[in-house]
Amino acid sequence: MTKFKGIAASDGIAIASAFRLTEPDLSFNKETIKDSDAEIARLNQAIEVSKQELRTIQQRTLKDLGRHEAEVFKAHIAILSDPELLKRIKTMIETRHVNAEYALKNVSDSYIQIFNSMTDNDYLKQRSTDIKDVMKRVLSHLLGVPLSDPALIDHQVIIIAHDLTPSDTAQFVPNYVKGIVSDMGGRTSHSAIMSRTMEIPAVVGFQGSLADIKDGDPVIVDGLTGNVIVKPTADERQAYHEKQRQYQQRNEQLGAFRNAATTSSDGKHPIIAANIGTLDDLQAAIDNGAEGIGLFRTEFLYMDSDKLPSEEAQFNVYKTVVQKMAGKPVIFRTADIGGDKDLPYLHTPHEANPFLGYRAIRMSLDQPDVFRTQLRALIRASAFGNLSIMFPMIATVTEFKHAKRIFEDERTKLVAKDIPVGNIKLGIMVEVPAAALLADQFANVVDFMSIGTNDLIQYVMAADRGNRRISYLYQPYNPAVLRLIKSVIDACHDNGTPAYMCGEMAGDQKAIPILVGMGLNEFSMSATSILKSRALIKELDSREMVTLANKTVSLASTSQQVLKYVHQALEKP
Amino acid sequence: MEKRQYNITAETGIHARPATLLVQTASKFNSDITLEYQEKSVNLKSIMGVMSLGVGQSASVTITADGDDEKEALDAITETMKSEGLTD
Repeated sequence: MTKFKGIAASDGIAIASAFRLTEPDLSFNKETIKDSDAEIARLNQAIEVSKQELRTIQQRTLKDLGRHEAEVFKAHIAILSDPELLKRIKTMIETRHVNAEYALKNVSDSYIQIFNSMTDNDYLKQRSTDIKDVMKRVLSHLLGVPLSDPALIDHQVIIIAHDLTPSDTAQFVPNYVKGIVSDMGGRTSHSAIMSRTMEIPAVVGFQGSLADIKDGDPVIVDGLTGNVIVKPTADERQAYHEKQRQYQQRNEQLGAFRNAATTSSDGKHPIIAANIGTLDDLQAAIDNGAEGIGLFRTEFLYMDSDKLPSEEAQFNVYKTVVQKMAGKPVIFRTADIGGDKDLPYLHTPHEANPFLGYRAIRMSLDQPDVFRTQLRALIRASAFGNLSIMFPMIATVTEFKHAKRIFEDERTKLVAKDIPVGNIKLGIMVEVPAAALLADQFANVVDFMSIGTNDLIQYVMAADRGNRRISYLYQPYNPAVLRLIKSVIDACHDNGTPAYMCGEMAGDQKAIPILVGMGLNEFSMSATSILKSRALIKELDSREMVTLANKTVSLASTSQQVLKYVHQALEKP
Repeated sequence: MEKRQYNITAETGIHARPATLLVQTASKFNSDITLEYQEKSVNLKSIMGVMSLGVGQSASVTITADGDDEKEALDAITETMKSEGLTD
């Protein structure tokens, strides 16, 4: 038995065998071979096995995930059926008497080079990734080193991975992937957010060495505490089965809160809303009893495509969301793209400092055509429900006014064409410290503010939230962060403007008591956090929480002290 | 030997799905089929070859088929070009 520690990233407990999703060692030497016929036969065999595997994966993906996801494997099969490619590899083996591994790598590299040199064609640049992937598969069969294929999983597993990419998670079959362990990132990393969306227990920022976990090892993932146990004893297994049962029981009890309004013990009604990015997430938000959508991340529409989404395509998605929410408020954030969320088809230059660079509203104001298309789609959708719009990364009042002018312009044009338009509220994300410090001025011009804590914390602490070596600086409970948040909420309320929050902090069970005390009007969080947060708020007396909030911003000097105050406030007398 | 010329009108040129379908169509025939663009010529049955030409919008390409089913091959290819919106 070995016990490891990590960061609890997604609630729940999973017990299953390890499946390592890691890069295999595919190194080889250039060799001179005597029998080129035998070498070609070996190559043919490896290609045949690879093609069979790809057909299985393609069919599985098609059945479980859909046509779009399966398309890439079809392209892989097409590459392995290419007569020219195969001829070149075989000719090289015959005339230069090199081993199949070397010939395969040499020929595929020459294609990759051609594709990469087509600087004006992003599609082809991406195809070079396909060639690399498919060659890796053939190479693994030549070398007899197995590749780890998430799409081939056919039993319950815990995924052990350095980091997960969206294309990895896209291949997960939900019934088989029971838990995730990753040694990268924090609670806001891609792996963590995906695991919460898929409701899979996960531990990230794993502090041991992933190499110590072997394929097939029994593993326990405790997404509640961040513990990972490899090869547990019988006693531990039993203890965790019991903990798992209690967790499920608690979840069932929480079901009672699904259709209840959020109410504190003294009768205050903050709203609990959900953060979503796709129509799939919408269903989870409704199932968990969201009272609204506090953040719809529209950038997914841009990222899941190889070109800009049309006005019509966007309109249909926005309309569906507000219709399904049936009158409950939905806040759409205009595209937060650029920077680390790079879109190849937009040709944005690479930047040394993407988090401080050309992204979000900065890009929208600079490329107003893309922005206007999105605004038209949103304005048209507003006729079908309760729709608000907020702009991301606003740093100055001028930026907001500029964005608002463009919005008004599009709105007027649509109204002139007799297109029905609803009553739309306009707000900003408060994530740049400059906007937070000037909240009183913003409160005069916006309809609402939503504090985006994920970015706000990293900007206040000057610490990249994806960098594990400085992850200790990502401190939501730091008094500096809390003071800034309180000043934003106070500035809003002094002007009669509602204050919302849509970062991870809004669903954090230790932060909620403080935020209730600060009088936050809306908590927008991952769908899976809604019920437990509603249950927590029911136990809180907002007047006591005001005292707690004041104590944290006036007396505390460290995060630890803040947590101590929270702990004391929640203890029953 | 049969030879035909096409003007590519598709905004994205020949790549992605249309390229794969073109290769699939060509592969059904016995004839040797080549695609010629800017003095470079590739086997139309090779997806890597077709993509490596990087044929863009308003390009003029020549497709040549040589073999016992050359006419049928070019008819089928023309059909695919049209149905995929590569040419008018």
